[in-house]
Amino acid sequence: MSYLIGEQLSGGYGGGADIIRDCTISVDKGQIAVVVGPNGAGKSTAMKALLGMINLREGRVLLDGQDISSMSPQQRVAEGMAFVPQNQNVFVTMTVEENLEMGAFLRRDDITETMEQVFDLFPVLKTKRSQIAGELSGGQRQQVAVGRALMTKPTVLMLDEPTAGVSPIVMDELFDRIIEIKRIGIAILMVEQNARQALNIADRGFVLVTGENRFTDTGEALLANEEVRKSFLGG
Amino acid sequence: MALLLMIVGFGQSWNVALAIFNLCLISAVMSMGLNMQWGYAGLFNAGVMASTAIGGLTAILVSYEPVAKAWSAGGSSLTVALVFLLLTIIAGVLVWKKIPKGGKRSWSMTAVVLIGYLFMRFFFDQATSAIEAVEPAKTGFLGGLGLPIIFSWLAGGLAAAGLAWLIGRISLGLRSDYFAIATLGISEIMISILKNEDWLSRGVKNVTGLKRPVPYEVDLQQSEWFIKLVSWFYGTAEDGSAVSADVLREAMQLSAGVFVKLCYSALFLAVVLIILGLATRALNSPWGRMMRAIRDNETAASAMGKDVTSRHRQVFVIGSAVIGISGAMLTTLHGQFTPGSYIPLRFTFLIWVMVIIGGSGNNLGSIIGAFITWFVWIEAEPTSLWLVGHINELLAETNPLRHHLMEVAPHMRMILMGLILVMVLRFSPKGILPEEAPEHY
Amino acid sequence: MEYSTDLLNALVLVSNYVLIPALSYGSQLALGAVGVTLVFGILRFANFAHGEMMSFGCMVAIFTTWWFQSMGISSGIFPTAILALPFAILITGLLAVAIDRSVFSFYRKRRSRPVTFVVASVGVMFMLNGLVRILIGTDEIIFRDGQKFLIKAGAFKKMTGLSEGLALKQTQVLTFVLAVISVLVLFWFLRRTRTGKAMRAFSDNEDLSLLSGINPERVVLVTWIIAASLATLAGVLYGLDKSFKPMVFFHMLLPIFAAAIVGGIGQPLGAILGGYVVAFSEITATYAFKKFIKYLAPGDFVPDGLVQFLTTEYKFAVSFLILVLVLLVRPTGILRGKVL
Repeated sequence: MSYLIGEQLSGGYGGGADIIRDCTISVDKGQIAVVVGPNGAGKSTAMKALLGMINLREGRVLLDGQDISSMSPQQRVAEGMAFVPQNQNVFVTMTVEENLEMGAFLRRDDITETMEQVFDLFPVLKTKRSQIAGELSGGQRQQVAVGRALMTKPTVLMLDEPTAGVSPIVMDELFDRIIEIKRIGIAILMVEQNARQALNIADRGFVLVTGENRFTDTGEALLANEEVRKSFLGG
Repeated sequence: MALLLMIVGFGQSWNVALAIFNLCLISAVMSMGLNMQWGYAGLFNAGVMASTAIGGLTAILVSYEPVAKAWSAGGSSLTVALVFLLLTIIAGVLVWKKIPKGGKRSWSMTAVVLIGYLFMRFFFDQATSAIEAVEPAKTGFLGGLGLPIIFSWLAGGLAAAGLAWLIGRISLGLRSDYFAIATLGISEIMISILKNEDWLSRGVKNVTGLKRPVPYEVDLQQSEWFIKLVSWFYGTAEDGSAVSADVLREAMQLSAGVFVKLCYSALFLAVVLIILGLATRALNSPWGRMMRAIRDNETAASAMGKDVTSRHRQVFVIGSAVIGISGAMLTTLHGQFTPGSYIPLRFTFLIWVMVIIGGSGNNLGSIIGAFITWFVWIEAEPTSLWLVGHINELLAETNPLRHHLMEVAPHMRMILMGLILVMVLRFSPKGILPEEAPEHY
Repeated sequence: MEYSTDLLNALVLVSNYVLIPALSYGSQLALGAVGVTLVFGILRFANFAHGEMMSFGCMVAIFTTWWFQSMGISSGIFPTAILALPFAILITGLLAVAIDRSVFSFYRKRRSRPVTFVVASVGVMFMLNGLVRILIGTDEIIFRDGQKFLIKAGAFKKMTGLSEGLALKQTQVLTFVLAVISVLVLFWFLRRTRTGKAMRAFSDNEDLSLLSGINPERVVLVTWIIAASLATLAGVLYGLDKSFKPMVFFHMLLPIFAAAIVGGIGQPLGAILGGYVVAFSEITATYAFKKFIKYLAPGDFVPDGLVQFLTTEYKFAVSFLILVLVLLVRPTGILRGKVL
């Protein structure tokens, strides 16, 4: 039984049509799970379903064996799920340090240690700690966004297309960091456009097509799968 | 509603009932105008008063006899001032077009405006002091065109449309809150102008004695046919004998008032019906459907190639024109123009209450909303006075609260209006008559 | 007469009629505008009832002042209303929270369009306006006591030997000092405290602040309390400086909105700047510079007219013109506020 499981999820936005159908996604602590698929496959929607941001019609979400399907997103955050949205994922008018503090808003204990850990992970943030986040480059902003999410000391980190719009070098760098985060023992769930690179670092991969699971395997196996390569990885 | 008016008619007097009815009709025109802006297009116009006031101003400018002395005293300087204003505008436009953007343009622009303003102001001040010096107790302003006042209804609409076009140029295309604030500002300025530009509107000295489109009570009481009519009506007592002259005279006075008010009612009712007809047709036309489409989803509409801002301007101008007509009607009914009486609570926000209560987007609803709101607004005062009277009976004769309560009782209607607005918005946001769902096609 | 004396006279003249009044009026506007801008930043609508909130706050302060006076409590040379402030703030804050709970929170839960909030705030405006009129009546009320002048015009003339007098009212100084203090406290609160930072985060990015576990209801609650406190302070200071009339605060709504937008809506610092910009423009544009020019011009030149750009009746026009200019030239305001 995995640490976080979304079982046979069906649902969509508001009262609209189902965007995901009978979709199952799971991840374990110390693992990276990647959701890939063509545009409009419902990848982000599947992740938002795990966080409780869409109306779930069927299925349930289990965190550490506990059913959290009826919890609000805020409650799930308090339970240890951290989420980095794709867009507008930093407080642009606040400093880097304040961004991190806001990430730790729910915590009442001393956060300096966690902040040091984030700075160890992303050294550039330490040098820019009093700079306004809106003035940073795209890659640095993503670091702030991930750092903010880590400040809650989460057990699950969910990233929605963290490498959208950044250069390949920055992307590699970011993936390295994500592997480091995984080693702390955090479960990482990631939606990615850059399927090949993402599956490279993935312990588990989910290929979604029109809101349904098409393939589920280890990253390595998916990369080796002829059909997956042909249809989704461009050969 | 008719029942309520009947109650007032029997309870208070028919004159009061008809007075309320007439103002209800005028309010209905106002609320239909605002309904076009808010109900059709979702524009928050907080400057309804500006249109009403400019309509009222037009009424005096159209109907008052021209003051020849004032024209000869200040007319020439005023013309010169006007020429300078035009020259400044032309120069400004030229500077804007010929000089490329940058510091140079800003400076030349400032210079042009400043110099033009100084020249204009010089002649303008001369003109106004000359005009205002002409028999200040009686006129002291330019007067108007001396045409029948009924023309001003149309002219008032046109004037309000012109003003709205200007306002729309500046403030449409902004976020709704900004638009609200901008229109609120313009209406405040409009009122200051009317209060202070004595040469134009006599300011707070008011313009009174405007000609009426309907007969005067005094004339009526002397005209043959009216005397006959009243005698026929009241001439015989219940037992069939003739009534005394005193009773007849009293009846005559009463009926004259009622008759005049009925004439107004007929005129107003005609306007209401015409506008209602046109507004309903417009709403159900492709134009109306497009307006609602834009209101419901601006982004989608503009993505489909609709020019949202210019559509908004259209509807804003048309709605303001309707409100302008009502402004002219109001001044006609009162027979006088009193800039001091224009206050936003009464002339802007009360109209809002009417539209929202009646049902945003529904023309008939706006009319009903106007009737109900105006009725409550007027009758809240005697009702609360009556209530206070009863409360006061419980208090000691010397209790200072007694006096205070009597004094403030009329303000109950503010609270009442606010309460109604908030309640309707919350529990019945669609109003009394909800907007009809657009027909599918 | 010596030119240097003329120069000094001109300076004193401008200080007396433009500088000092604009500083105190600007402070009152700034306090009001900060409240409007905070509500806008957090709740995202222009609160038309803000003027009435000032009015209500001032009214409570007047009642408390009368009560204190009847018990013989006073604060010496300071107006008794200063002692009444905490009570007025408390009650107005409670009222604001009650209004939010009963009116605005409903639309917040439904995520209504901003314009719905604005219409609702118009309803609240009506109710507050009526409430104030009923409770205190519609007469003009002067509730200032204590020492009126710090410097009297006559004494100033005697002291300096200049022909122009400088009068400094205590309320003017009080207004400025209290405004500065409260603004400093507010900025300390927003920059340094947990709740303050949460407010900024919420205003910056609502969704992300929810993901960070910030409680939106708490943020909204604190915002109303702050806005009501500032509104009360602004209302009381304005009432002390001039007088209290129920309608006056409605007319302050326009300059206050102008100040908030000019400064960049959602930006407290901008609102303060905007307050002073509006106040200075308003007073400068309606001041008659005749005497000023007489002092400065060489020889015996005296200008013909009053040298006044606009008559005082057109104060509104000034704030409005500034508003329009800013909207046309730089819609985000002086400090980049929310791009709307």
